[in-house]
Amino acid sequence: MILIGERVNAGFKDIARAIQQKDSEPVKSWAKKQAEQGADYIDVNIGAASKKPEDMAWLVKTVQETVSTKISVDSTNVEIMAAGLEALDGRGALINSTTADPGKLETLVPLAVKHNASLLGVAMDERGSPPNADRRVENGAMIFAMATDGGLEPDRVILDPILMPVKFMQEQAPHVLEAIAQFTLLSDPPPHISVGLSNIASKVTERGLIIRTFLVMAMARGLDAAICNVMDDDMIAAIATAELILNKEIYSDSYVHAFQARRGL
Amino acid sequence: MTVQIPEVKKAWTNPINAMTIGAAGEEGGTRTSTITIGGETTIPFYHFEGEMPNSPVVAMEVWDIVPTEWPDPVREPFADVMADPGAWAKRCVDEYGADLICLRLKGCDPNGENKSAEDATAATKRVLESVGVPLIIWGCGNTDKDNEIFPPVAEAASGENCLLGTITEDNYKTLTALGTAYNHKLIAESPVDINMAKQVNILALDVGFPAESILIYPSTGALGYGIEYVYSIMERLRIAGLKGDKVVAMPILCDIGIEVWGVKEAKAPQSEVPEWGDATLRGPLWEAATAYVYLLAGADVLIMRHPEAVRMTKETIGHLMGGGS
Repeated sequence: MILIGERVNAGFKDIARAIQQKDSEPVKSWAKKQAEQGADYIDVNIGAASKKPEDMAWLVKTVQETVSTKISVDSTNVEIMAAGLEALDGRGALINSTTADPGKLETLVPLAVKHNASLLGVAMDERGSPPNADRRVENGAMIFAMATDGGLEPDRVILDPILMPVKFMQEQAPHVLEAIAQFTLLSDPPPHISVGLSNIASKVTERGLIIRTFLVMAMARGLDAAICNVMDDDMIAAIATAELILNKEIYSDSYVHAFQARRGL
Repeated sequence: MTVQIPEVKKAWTNPINAMTIGAAGEEGGTRTSTITIGGETTIPFYHFEGEMPNSPVVAMEVWDIVPTEWPDPVREPFADVMADPGAWAKRCVDEYGADLICLRLKGCDPNGENKSAEDATAATKRVLESVGVPLIIWGCGNTDKDNEIFPPVAEAASGENCLLGTITEDNYKTLTALGTAYNHKLIAESPVDINMAKQVNILALDVGFPAESILIYPSTGALGYGIEYVYSIMERLRIAGLKGDKVVAMPILCDIGIEVWGVKEAKAPQSEVPEWGDATLRGPLWEAATAYVYLLAGADVLIMRHPEAVRMTKETIGHLMGGGS
């Protein structure tokens, strides 16, 4: 399971303030905490706190100074994305994200190739959020085809079927699960498949339970990545257990602990 | 018609840990040679697919007492030196080309001669001063007694970077502490059980013992005695390690001689089973054939007994590593 730590995001007030005041402490602290918890990538997002590409570069550099973890450069703006990628010190990275927009893909795929980065493609097009599994698969297939034609190995493409809040769009979760299953059939080896996990639990009371339950259901269909709150120990335990039941990990009595420990090795 | 050969190469993501056993003068020991094992980036001998930078090695077994239960064919080559572990070890190295010596402190077994920790320490020192190759030091198998003899033994071998064994799920604290204190590597033992193989490693890692200093011993079965179970466990451990499970990405040890020379196919004299043929040939062949199977399953260290089996196995390793036809 590829874990992308969501916390260095200007959607959180402490990070927004840190970006505006160029106070590196909250950024470093969250980068460190998430890396220690086993994040494979630290997602960095300047959100609405800034429109300046140099602020993204600052955020990337600040995280890089603190941890050796790979970085997920998170922006829908191509200019900000490019600035974040330029600031990388050569370590592995993720372009988060593109949509099924040919213009955007024509720019971002070569950037991924150039920076030796993976590319996360959200299965959305100019018509907006996909209403069903078919539209998700259509968009995902288009992203996958352009990415691999452009020189990315399937292993460097991550597709996101777009998760919707269960409280407001309850009919969408089954479509997402179906789309995940179909993404796995796009190629052999298949692309990675990720969701923005917190989306499903927007404004619900049983937040942790809903996240964990969706997660294991989605893993059973082929989900192997998530942008998520890696500090959630119950969620990590659920992932470790799902990997065990899917026979991706060798059982041991301390398997939950081993799942976390191996990330420190 | 041209037959299309499908591309079967795989790219594995994680190398198996490399490990050096033994320390020469400049590293604080007195060994004249050291051994490096592991480091594979592919399954065994797939040289077309990845790297197998270090050759598997053969350790020969020496006891701290005269092993009366060893069958004749495997006693004869050592009969005149078995009372002296130093002389025995020297013969293994000088005449039979042992890469390492495995000193098995069988004499300390309370159900046997019940030798003392001082005796075990003396035997260890004796072997260390008699040969220059690295040492594996294996306890008597009785947990309480091993926890008593290993502290002075590990201290006596301090700086020599030995391989001590074994730790198990129920008994790992003494040896992990000694390994840390005196800089030795450890053998993690499990009873033909992949889940316990992983568990014992986790326990050792938990007390701060480094993954790079652990070697997996998943138990060994002789040819005809469960070898396929061990094979599949070794194969699965190795593949999981290569795929990124760092808790099991470690070199593997097989204890061949002790298993093979306990089965009737290897030890029965020709007088008992005439149709099986010459026992002096059959036993070594059984031991070598067992070793070959484990090489293919991913063994990095083989502990063996019979000089002829050792010779054949080392020759085969040379061929498999690309050094002959």
